[in-house]
Amino acid sequence: MNLTLKIWRQQGPQDKGKMVDYKVSDISEHMSFLEMMDVLNEQLINKGDEPVAFDHDCREGICGMCSMYINGEAHGPDRGVTTCQLHMRMFKDGDTITIEPFRAKAFPVIKDLVVDRSSFDRIQHAGGFISVNTSGNTQDANAILIDKHDADTAMDAATCIGCGACVASCKNSSAMLFVGAKVSQYALLPQGQVEAVDRVKNMVAQMDLEGFGNCTNTGACEVECPKGISLENIARMNREFLSANIKS
Amino acid sequence: MSGFLNSSIGRKFTMALSALFLMLFILQHFAINILSVFSPDSFNEISHFMGTNPLVQFALQPVLLFGVIYHFVMGFILEIKNRNARTVKYYKNNGAANSTWMSRNMIWSGGFILVFLVIHFIDFWFPEINTKFIQGDMSGLLADGEGYRYYEELTHKFVPVWRVALYCVGFVFLSLHLLHGFNSAFQSVGANNKYIKGLKGFGKAYAILIPLGFIFIALFHHFNH
Repeated sequence: MNLTLKIWRQQGPQDKGKMVDYKVSDISEHMSFLEMMDVLNEQLINKGDEPVAFDHDCREGICGMCSMYINGEAHGPDRGVTTCQLHMRMFKDGDTITIEPFRAKAFPVIKDLVVDRSSFDRIQHAGGFISVNTSGNTQDANAILIDKHDADTAMDAATCIGCGACVASCKNSSAMLFVGAKVSQYALLPQGQVEAVDRVKNMVAQMDLEGFGNCTNTGACEVECPKGISLENIARMNREFLSANIKS
Repeated sequence: MSGFLNSSIGRKFTMALSALFLMLFILQHFAINILSVFSPDSFNEISHFMGTNPLVQFALQPVLLFGVIYHFVMGFILEIKNRNARTVKYYKNNGAANSTWMSRNMIWSGGFILVFLVIHFIDFWFPEINTKFIQGDMSGLLADGEGYRYYEELTHKFVPVWRVALYCVGFVFLSLHLLHGFNSAFQSVGANNKYIKGLKGFGKAYAILIPLGFIFIALFHHFNH
C-alpha cells in the first residue's frame, strides 16, 4: 500500500504546531498502525529528519498508551481496538490518513502525537482506590460473597485502560466515561462501600478541577471506547454522586 | 448541596430535571390544544380555567417560566464551558461515526426553539397577559360578549401562511431536540439500567408524535378557518 499521511507536528507544549504531509510506500495490510508509523519514522531518521513522537508501550491493547486520533476518530475507524490493534487492512491503497493527538484542554500536547494524560492519574489519586490493611492479616477475598452479576459488571467497568479515547471523542472533552467506570468498579463491590461517599465526591471534584467538559450524553465515548465501557457507568456515577451529596 | 449544584454532574442533573418538567408541560399543552380540533367548546372551557385559575397562574406559571429560563440559560453556560474544554480543534473530526446529528447539535436546535418561543410568546402569551393583568379583563369573553374568545384567537392566528410555516419549522426543531433530549434526561438523572431501556422507544415516539401533533393542529386550523 502507498499512503499519504497528514500528521500533526508540534515541537513542544509551547509550539503552535501544524499538519505536515508525508508519503509512505510498501506498507503491508497485515501491519499494525503503529508498525506503519515505525516505517515512517525509519524513513524520516534515514533522511536525517526528526521522527514523529507517539506514545506506545505494550502494543497489545492493554496499556492504554497509544492515543492517536485517526481520520477523525480516536484509535481510528475500527471498533473495540486501540491504535496498536488497528490493522492497515482497514485502509486502502492510495488513502490519505489524518493523524492527530487526542485533543482536550486537560490533555495538553507534549510533542507531536504525545499528550499529557496525568489528569487521569490525579482523578484516580483523588479516590479511585480502596484502603486495605495489607499487613499480612488480609481477609481472603473469596470469603466475601458477591452476586455474580455485580461481579461481572464491576469487572466490565474495571477493563477501562484509561487511554482517554472517551475524552478525545467527546465533543465536550468530557471524562465522565472514565470516571464513571472507575467509580462503578468499586460501587458494585462490598469492598468499595466503606469509602463510597468520599470517593465519588472527590473524583468528580478533581475531574471538574482538571477542566474536562460536561457530558451531554452523545454516546460517542461508548462507541469509540476500545474496551466497550458502557454509558450505564456514567448513569451509576450520577446516582452515586447524588446519593453521596444527600448523605453528607 | 451547593457543591452538588455547582458540579458538572449537578448541573447535568438540574438540566435534566428542568427538561423532564418541560416535557410534561409540552404533553399537557398538546392535550389542551388538540381539543381545539375536536371540541372548540371544551377548548374554550379549559383555556379559561387555565388562564384564570390562581393556582395555575400564580404558582405553576412562575415555576414554568423559571424552568424555561433555567433550561436555556444553563444550556448556553454549559455550551460555553464545553467549548472551552477543547481549545485546539481537530483538523478532521468524524462525529457522525459515533453519535447522532441531534446529540451533537442540541445547542442549535435549542437556539431555534428559543427563537420560536419568543415568537410564540409575542403571538399568544404577551397579548394574554395584557388582556388579563394590564387591561384587567378576566372574563375571557369575545368583544361582543357572545362566548369565549380563546378558540377564535387561536384559529385567527393560523390564517397567515408564513406563521403556519414558522410554527411547523419550530416543531421540527422541537422534535430534533427531543429525539436526543428525552433519553438524555433520563441518563443524566442516573436512570439507565435494564428496567429503563424500554423508555427509549417511548422517548422516540414522544419526540416524533407530539411535535407532529402540534403541526397537525396548526395545519388543521389554517385549512379550516
